[in-house]
Amino acid sequence: MTLWLLVRRSLRQHLLSTIVTALAIALAGGLLMSVWAVKRQAHDTFTGQTGGWDAVLGARGSKLQLVLNAVFHLEVSPGNVPWADHLDIASNRAVALAVPLAVGDNYRGYRLVGTTTNYFTQSEYAPGKKFAVVAGGRCFEDGYREALLGSFAAQRLGLKVGDEFHPYHGLNFDPNAQHQETYVVVGILEPSNTPADRVVWIPLAGLQNMSGHDPTTAADVSAVLVKLRSPIAGKTLELLYNRQGNRLTFAWPIAEQVAYLFDRFGWFDQVLTLVAWLVALVATGSVLASIYNSMSARRRDLAILRALGARRSTVFGAIVLEAAAIAVLGMAVSYVFYFSVVAVVAAVIRAQTGVVLDPLAWDAVLLWAPAAMVALSAAAGIVPAIKAYGTNVAEGLSPES
Amino acid sequence: MPLLEITDLRKAFTAPDGTAHEVVRVPRFELEARAQVALSGPSGTGKTTFLHLIAGILAPDSGKLVLDGVEMSALAEPARDRLRATSIGYIFQTFNLLQGFTALENVLLGMSFGPGADRSRAEALLRRVGLGDRLDHFPRQLSTGQQQRIAVARALANRPKLVLADEPTGNLDAANAREALALIRGACAEDGAALLLVSHDPGVLASFDRHASLAEINHASRPPSA
Repeated sequence: MTLWLLVRRSLRQHLLSTIVTALAIALAGGLLMSVWAVKRQAHDTFTGQTGGWDAVLGARGSKLQLVLNAVFHLEVSPGNVPWADHLDIASNRAVALAVPLAVGDNYRGYRLVGTTTNYFTQSEYAPGKKFAVVAGGRCFEDGYREALLGSFAAQRLGLKVGDEFHPYHGLNFDPNAQHQETYVVVGILEPSNTPADRVVWIPLAGLQNMSGHDPTTAADVSAVLVKLRSPIAGKTLELLYNRQGNRLTFAWPIAEQVAYLFDRFGWFDQVLTLVAWLVALVATGSVLASIYNSMSARRRDLAILRALGARRSTVFGAIVLEAAAIAVLGMAVSYVFYFSVVAVVAAVIRAQTGVVLDPLAWDAVLLWAPAAMVALSAAAGIVPAIKAYGTNVAEGLSPES
Repeated sequence: MPLLEITDLRKAFTAPDGTAHEVVRVPRFELEARAQVALSGPSGTGKTTFLHLIAGILAPDSGKLVLDGVEMSALAEPARDRLRATSIGYIFQTFNLLQGFTALENVLLGMSFGPGADRSRAEALLRRVGLGDRLDHFPRQLSTGQQQRIAVARALANRPKLVLADEPTGNLDAANAREALALIRGACAEDGAALLLVSHDPGVLASFDRHASLAEINHASRPPSA
């Protein structure tokens, strides 16, 4: 009780430095938790984001590029896959479902992807979860210039059922590259929190035959999404396409390709984490500086406490506890900072990839980072506490000149 | 047996030039329980050092200091701290109140290092010194006379056996000084505490039946006057 009273009063007496130092701790702690949580959640979410597919078949090239293009709707297609190859893998007994995709156009920066209705009716983007169309709309019909919009794309483009639009050529928006064809929005997908939310879906043939596209490759597709009957079959098909063949690439398993991407940028994670820890150290250093600089002003109070019978260990403990209390105050505020940062980062990631991070998701860092910051601050408080421990009572009590 | 018994107490400080300067050399001093004694002496005669030694704030270089049967000079610092908190009340010339704490908290803190904070006793003490309506006031909100009264209440809070007062009226005007002195002496008498008061005010000294000159009991050599 005595220690706590001493700490409370001291925090109040040095209110400005308490607030500034606690804010420094809040920012540093919030940054540390944000970096950690976003890193983990992004890794887990992206590597778990297979769209319900096991593999991607595409033109000879990078597996990662294939996955990013066909599953995350990022990157350009490494090339085309002849229609015959689509039919070939679709008829393979190891394959449960094969859905072709064609890319190459956009509408105001949002990618147009041509596919078949099987993508929506037969596949599950997550176990037990199928795509659903918002009431009042429907899926496009093959052979018609109809579009089904992902929820995020519809919201950002401001399109609703019945609206018409002209696609633009290429994956990047160029106002001068407008196609002549007019598409009508016939439906909007319920949010799936997958990259599909950022896509404008149209019939496969619509994209293949868009004006200005090379008619000689009109039957080709950009990639084929593959659902296997058994995971073991992936090994056989990988051998077939990647080792024995030399025209196509079979990217399997999808999660492994994304994990590979994260591994390649692992150094970046480490740099971010290091920076966050350095910021945390600087913030706890500010606790040390703040209390240490006030020690001259506290000299008399410490001497009075000692004269009243407080032991050296008591004043030592009061200073360490004060440093820890500043960190506790800061870390309480840091949660606001954490949720704000993660919400902003999640919004950016969603806008760029369609993948949704949950700012409210539990992460152990929310527990151990505050504990670490409080421990670091308490450790920083040891330096001024040693000074308090060594207070010369007789000198401290002598009238100030 | 006297409450306070001092034998051959010595304390020296090292001057900046490295030479040892003896400040206290008291061959013999005794104080009976409940006694009230005034000590006089000009500045620089080691009055405060002598009180600090009795309070256990300073450790003597040699000699024996027994308080209420406990050889204080043989105790380690934490034990001296404990003994000071429980058995000694200390009133300073500059009051030495904690400015960030209210009147009541100043008294409660004094208690917390001793037998433990007792809010009702702290309030009663402050009422007794006339500050019952100033419990939540901070020292800066009170007059110097009122601040000294808080210091008196704090010194008596742990029912000490000995109260040390170092020029307790030095910072007060004549009227407040008279009041403070009467309060200290009356409170010590009521609580059964012995009082050892240091002052160089002839008026204060004259009010005590027993007073001694520190120059008489302290045999330390005086440094040459500057």
